[in-house]
Amino acid sequence: MDSLAYVREAPEAEDAAPMLSSGVLAWARANLFSSIGSSLVTIGCIALIAYWLPQLVAWATTRAIWSATNGALCRQHQDGACWAFVIAKWDYLRFGSYPVAERWRVDLVEAVGALLIGWLLWTNAPRRAWGALLFFIAYPILALVLLRGSSLLGLPIVDTLLWGGIFVSLLTAVVGIVFSLPLGVLLALGRRSPLPVVRMASVLFIEFVRGVPFITILFMANNLAPLFLPEAWAPDRLLRPLAGIVIFSAAYMAEEIRGGLQSLGKGQYEGALALGLNYPLMTALVILPQALTLVIPGIVNNFIGLFMDTTLVSVVGITDFLQAMNNAIKDPIWAGPTIMVTGYVFAGIFYFCFCFGMARYSAHVERILAKGRK
Amino acid sequence: MSASLARADAGGGAAIRFAGVHKWYGSFHVLRNINLTVGAGERIVVCGPSGSGKSTLIRCVNRLEKHQRGSVVVDGVELTDDIKRIDEVRREVGMVFQNFNLFPHLTILENCTLAPIWVRKMPRRDAEELARKLLSRVRILDQAHKYPGQLSGGQQQRAAIARALCMSPKIMLFDEPTSSLDPEMVKEVLDTMTELAQEGMTMIVVTHEMGFARQVADRVVFMDMGEIVEVNAPSPFFDHPRHERTKLFLSQILH
Amino acid sequence: MDRASAKRWSWLNDERARGLIYQILLLGCVAALACGAIYNAVVNMRARGIPMGFGFWNDVAGFDINLHLIQYSNLSTYGRAFWVGVLNTLLVSAISIPLATLLGFVIGVSRLSPNWLLSRFALVYTSILRNTPLLLLLLFWYNAVLKSLPGPRQSISIGGAVFLNDRGLYLPMPIARAPASLFAGAVVAAVALAFGFRAWARRRQDRTGTQAPTAVVAAALILGLPALVTAAAGAPFTFDVARLSGFNFKGGLQIIPEMAALVFGLVTFTAAFIAEIVRAGVLAVPVGQSEAAGALGLHRGLAMKLVVIPQAMRLITPPLTSQFLNVVKNSSLAVFVGYPDLVQIFAGTVLNQTQAAVQVMAITMAVYLAISLSVALALNAFNARYALKGR
Repeated sequence: MDSLAYVREAPEAEDAAPMLSSGVLAWARANLFSSIGSSLVTIGCIALIAYWLPQLVAWATTRAIWSATNGALCRQHQDGACWAFVIAKWDYLRFGSYPVAERWRVDLVEAVGALLIGWLLWTNAPRRAWGALLFFIAYPILALVLLRGSSLLGLPIVDTLLWGGIFVSLLTAVVGIVFSLPLGVLLALGRRSPLPVVRMASVLFIEFVRGVPFITILFMANNLAPLFLPEAWAPDRLLRPLAGIVIFSAAYMAEEIRGGLQSLGKGQYEGALALGLNYPLMTALVILPQALTLVIPGIVNNFIGLFMDTTLVSVVGITDFLQAMNNAIKDPIWAGPTIMVTGYVFAGIFYFCFCFGMARYSAHVERILAKGRK
Repeated sequence: MSASLARADAGGGAAIRFAGVHKWYGSFHVLRNINLTVGAGERIVVCGPSGSGKSTLIRCVNRLEKHQRGSVVVDGVELTDDIKRIDEVRREVGMVFQNFNLFPHLTILENCTLAPIWVRKMPRRDAEELARKLLSRVRILDQAHKYPGQLSGGQQQRAAIARALCMSPKIMLFDEPTSSLDPEMVKEVLDTMTELAQEGMTMIVVTHEMGFARQVADRVVFMDMGEIVEVNAPSPFFDHPRHERTKLFLSQILH
Repeated sequence: MDRASAKRWSWLNDERARGLIYQILLLGCVAALACGAIYNAVVNMRARGIPMGFGFWNDVAGFDINLHLIQYSNLSTYGRAFWVGVLNTLLVSAISIPLATLLGFVIGVSRLSPNWLLSRFALVYTSILRNTPLLLLLLFWYNAVLKSLPGPRQSISIGGAVFLNDRGLYLPMPIARAPASLFAGAVVAAVALAFGFRAWARRRQDRTGTQAPTAVVAAALILGLPALVTAAAGAPFTFDVARLSGFNFKGGLQIIPEMAALVFGLVTFTAAFIAEIVRAGVLAVPVGQSEAAGALGLHRGLAMKLVVIPQAMRLITPPLTSQFLNVVKNSSLAVFVGYPDLVQIFAGTVLNQTQAAVQVMAITMAVYLAISLSVALALNAFNARYALKGR
């Protein structure tokens, strides 16, 4: 076979790979024990897991207290989590001090919102434009009326002072995104405008908001709004931080969208112009639909960040989920050394599940978009 | 037909010897029982459909891929997991990649002098002199102080050839060197490779450029599905292919 | 419209005219809003007796601050309180940024490790920390960990020199003795010599090609020279160890739990993001680069040092500086744990006491904007110099 000219006579049979090149042993050799250093690290990691993992699992499950009516049992058994506390406080954590009889309104708003968001985010959904219209215009009005109450409809008014818990966290985050998206689009378009005044105004706004901490924006909205508005307009205590959230989120949203607009390339603009479309038509029909679809993963990431940032609204007196947990922990009936840790761990799990889930969705959408854009 | 073929036939002065080489990716049998000897100064062109394993074959020569069975002996040194031997082989074997792989943060000159300075431990002045000589040989000396991003595709590939030559290798491997180039730049790179061949460099070239194969190759190797199907000198290979699969492949690409 | 009037209005269709009109309209609206806002503000502030100037700057503050890098007492002015706040913000940022970078790089490199377990550990770390609100982390560290430490009399002691209790972390405070200046001189000399040796080794390599082990020599110098000086002239520092006296500790270096919680939180949180940036940067360098380096005969260490890392650092630097800015901005969460930073002191206590909301917020935001702007300018200069050059 080793000669100048050669022609194959019979095909070579396929052979099974030698044991060390595939299968579990090969994998272990390559990934866990490929060198002395690596083997030591592997042994160290296994030792750590063997020591900590059983303790952790036991703390959270077998040694935990699952049902109790006060903190006595949890004080007795301090080596496990006090899930009974979380279960007992669950309604408060969800609704804050919202009157019990009216809580169905909150549930309704949450359900409708979830439906609409699901519709918008499902990549193959039919007639998503209708969904967008409903979500961005009709839903906020519905939510406002239902949550606040209206004497016209016979719904008792519930003061924003009583709102608290998970629904407030969700509300602030969703309102933030809903209103900051259009504002962000305007800012992004403004930043790319050929008109110098428009561009300057957009740049100043964006860089100002992005350069200061979120807390200062909240303080500014909370303390300065009553000063800069006429006495008669005194804005509601929830409305002020909501405005701050919208402003803050809009600046970051604008940068995401600008990235999407830039990646579209000149070809799309030129194609639209060549067809005779003017600026508003081109933007609305050709540019924005593509740019927004491109930045959906970025928008979802913004939403995750915003959801985590809503924890800061407690600094201006709004009771979000974390603040509700803080309040619940202070209840003297449940006082005990494990309560605080249990509460914070639960809050951590809640935020983690929510944010991680959204991050997975964002990665999923990114994959789908990448396939289409080959 | 020339003296180098006779040399290869006699098995003496073999630059590269594959003996019973098999390779698996996981459970996929990508190289099956490869037996091939390349004599010193010989020019081999490897062709075949995509997925046939031809890139994997030449990447086994400088251990960018590891074979699992059989032996690969390069310039008398057998390739195993021994790092010293691998480094030894890589010093004597130069490689040119399909997407050039020039270092974008260094100038062309610095790209060429990097390995001579750090591996062969040459003084900087000597390394630069050598680099300039080779850059003028591939006719891009005027680009020496530019960065790769500022050159055209054809210029970048010629720079990559010069970079590999700066290590004074005994063997040059080319992995589809013109496949990423615009048509009008393919010729300048093939001309450079032809000149190199005429100076007696041992070469293995994976390519679809059959004109080049006819003109320059001593032998053409046709691979399909991981095995060597046919080997012959260019004229008999192209004019009288003997195996069914070779005939099929040639009919598809020579239209 | 008939021909004559159509012509008269045709200038409205001129793109430039339209552009001008839009801009004038925008300016007009903004000006109107601004005037309205300012008018309302003046009216409201007068009605509520809120001061409108900066006179409060020199008024006596009347409150204590438990961490001040410059002289401060409750008889100092609001202006001085402002500077204390600024310095505290810079202090916590200056400590957190290097620690977060170090931890972030370690975790990022672990993410890239071929050892599967190590890479998974790092993945668990970044996944959890990037999906947890920073405030939750801070509250956890502060309330659940640091505040539940025992009191000073039952402190956790490490080696009898480091003490941990609910009043803080007590480290031995180094006090310079006579040979201290000699020691400092030795360190400076060692560093200078190390750089000098490196320069000499480089020139020799250029001339003759032989390489020298610069890293080893530098380490030997920086560790060895000061050690020699210490052996010859005596210890350069004694340590003032904190001692329990009465109900509390005296002496030593006290790190208040507020600061410890803020630093822990900021470092662990930011490190997760830095780790992802490092990982993305290294992965973005095409694999062909290390293959080409290997094909040229460079072994793995040299390939990393000369080819992969220089390219990765260019990709890592912009998002890394963005994270540094985030640390500075996130330090404002100090208000939740009571660490006296700029926001907590100035936009918190001072604003509440003086009610001069507009002035206080304007100054506070100006400080953060100044920091953001300077970092952005520095980054631009860096990019201009080091960006990869294309056509």
